[in-house]
Amino acid sequence: MSEIIRRDPRREWIARNRLHPDYATVLAEMSGGAVSEWMGPNGVMRKDPRAIGFIGPNGVRRIDRSGLQQGGQSPAAAAAARDSRRTVTIEQPAFLVAVVPDMTGGRLSGHDKDLLGLARRVADADADQPGAVVAILFGEHKGEEGGELKEQALGEAGIDRVVHLEDERYAGFAPEARLAVLSAVEREMAPRFWLLPDSPLGGADLGRRLSLRLGERAATGVWQIEADQDAPLGWQCTARGGAGSLDIQRPLPRVALALAECAEPVDETRHAAEHLTLAASIPTNLSRIEDLGQVAVDPAGVALDEAEFILSGGNGVKDWEAFHHAAKVLGATEGASRVAVDDGFMARDRQVGATGTWVTARVYVAVGISGAIQHLQGIQRCDKVVAINLDPGCDIIKRADLAVIGDSTQILAALVAMVEQQRGGQRDAA
Amino acid sequence: MQPDRQQQQQGIDVAVLVSIGRHPTTGRPRRAEQDARGLELALAMEAELPGTRISMLHAGPQDDDSEAALRGYLGMSTGAGMGLESMTLLEQPEGSDAIPALAAHLANAAPQLVITGARAERGEGSGLLPYALAERLGWPLVNGLAAVESVENGVVTLLQALPRGQRRRLQVRLPAIISVDEAAPAARQSAFGPARRATFAITPTTPKADSELAQWQLAPARKRPKRLKIVKSASARDRFKAAAAKSEGKGGQVLTDVTAEQGAEAIYKLVKEEDVLR
Repeated sequence: MSEIIRRDPRREWIARNRLHPDYATVLAEMSGGAVSEWMGPNGVMRKDPRAIGFIGPNGVRRIDRSGLQQGGQSPAAAAAARDSRRTVTIEQPAFLVAVVPDMTGGRLSGHDKDLLGLARRVADADADQPGAVVAILFGEHKGEEGGELKEQALGEAGIDRVVHLEDERYAGFAPEARLAVLSAVEREMAPRFWLLPDSPLGGADLGRRLSLRLGERAATGVWQIEADQDAPLGWQCTARGGAGSLDIQRPLPRVALALAECAEPVDETRHAAEHLTLAASIPTNLSRIEDLGQVAVDPAGVALDEAEFILSGGNGVKDWEAFHHAAKVLGATEGASRVAVDDGFMARDRQVGATGTWVTARVYVAVGISGAIQHLQGIQRCDKVVAINLDPGCDIIKRADLAVIGDSTQILAALVAMVEQQRGGQRDAA
Repeated sequence: MQPDRQQQQQGIDVAVLVSIGRHPTTGRPRRAEQDARGLELALAMEAELPGTRISMLHAGPQDDDSEAALRGYLGMSTGAGMGLESMTLLEQPEGSDAIPALAAHLANAAPQLVITGARAERGEGSGLLPYALAERLGWPLVNGLAAVESVENGVVTLLQALPRGQRRRLQVRLPAIISVDEAAPAARQSAFGPARRATFAITPTTPKADSELAQWQLAPARKRPKRLKIVKSASARDRFKAAAAKSEGKGGQVLTDVTAEQGAEAIYKLVKEEDVLR
């Protein structure tokens, strides 16, 4: 009885006619769940090429025949890819490579990660006797959610040991206090190399101080290193000199200040990021340099290309007085689109875009700007773009991280009121 | 008479270290950009603090090229009675180490403030010289200077330039070394007449050759290779997708049909999170 294949000609007919309204349900019944494959009447597997795959970016169906899942990669797969990092623990390092990352904003910057990649190259040169990378960090580490993630972030950047100093003394401009710590590290651990980023107001300053304290002639602007048996420490480096006009080939000294992109950041291994503490207490000598803190600068005086918060107005701004007032209250540098400049509402040096200034703001608020391609080019390197516009279909909405559709005058007025209220509240509390 | 003397007491001795620059396109010797800014800073101090005495110092060979470049600095003092009719030249042959000569001279002359550029435009240009001088003389050093605000009772108040146009106020005990870079005010033009009339006070030194530099290989800078985007993936499909993918917008949040207050609140939240509101 059960060997006889029962046929329902009507259902088969519907299954052949993909324009039939019941097509999908019938197909699902026939295939027992997987719509794209079902047993045909003669016991042959039938496949529906239209039911598989996904709609590509141009509206054309794409079929993935690689055996992976269809559509975009799921977060689980991405996590699995991340977990494929090899865990490396160096118990008995043959030598130490000390790195002092900048930690701009409490995180490892791209420059820091490149530098750690360079440190790994130096440390792992001899596979039998690997060295350990020890990082000396000043100030708070702003991880995603504290504790464990910090070790993970540091370990994934290629750090074996961490000396982390969180103290008021090292905040702000404190080169003498930081130098005292580095000298203590030098005395206790005697690292073979000291690597610092050659970034102004970060490693460039500290590294030069350190090299003179250690009596070394630091290599600055290092962008390439090669193994070299003849060199005293086994490495030859290429450094930029003479205001970027010269390449200097020299043996790698103990202290090196490296440029960004000096090496590939670590991405295949995960290291321990084990915490170390300094045995000796660090002497607190009276600093001859006193940091009085940051000065409030006039945002209008900040050059547009290095301003970090820009309020930019375009054709949609009707009340320019209110716009200027809002910029003043928010403490934002003013920018403008080409139309606003051409119409005489803003000065030419405030223009953002291909013919004006290419800005690098962290937050860019575009008020009444539709987002011409030239303007979008100018804001390519901005981190967060906020758009206030009446038209939900314009191009800047696609670029914006936050878009508010509405009347710009009212929204700006509400924003100004909110900021003033918050400031008033803070002052009362203080 | 009394206020005059007080002003006289306010003035300090400033030494400006100048080097010979290199024009980035032609490669000709000129006044160095950063050193000229340093001198400009000193001249601004002189205008604000009457009685400030500026002395200029250069260590290097004396020949036609270097003289033409150094006269570029001497032409920057246009007013009458300014102490820039001459500069001190510590004569030493090309390829000598400038640090011992400068350190010895500064220890002797004992100025209260030394202003230098951050990096030289020729030779090694490592920017180590101000730090070496600070280490030898035992003076504090501040880099990346934007302005000198005031000098009172042996303490100088400075503005240091931070990224993104921000400034930091510092107080440094004199004597000190400060180095300037692009954040300092731009240098004035050099006037030809005063530059021609100025003289050099040539001081012979015992030169010490920079033997380490002589061993290194110096070559014109090569263009640095551009970093490639490497996708490490097992499957060809992933690599192809990464290579062919257009950088598409992440698709931000769009608020439609909200009141002005709700919209403003969302913006305020984002601005607050990014910590740009002061």
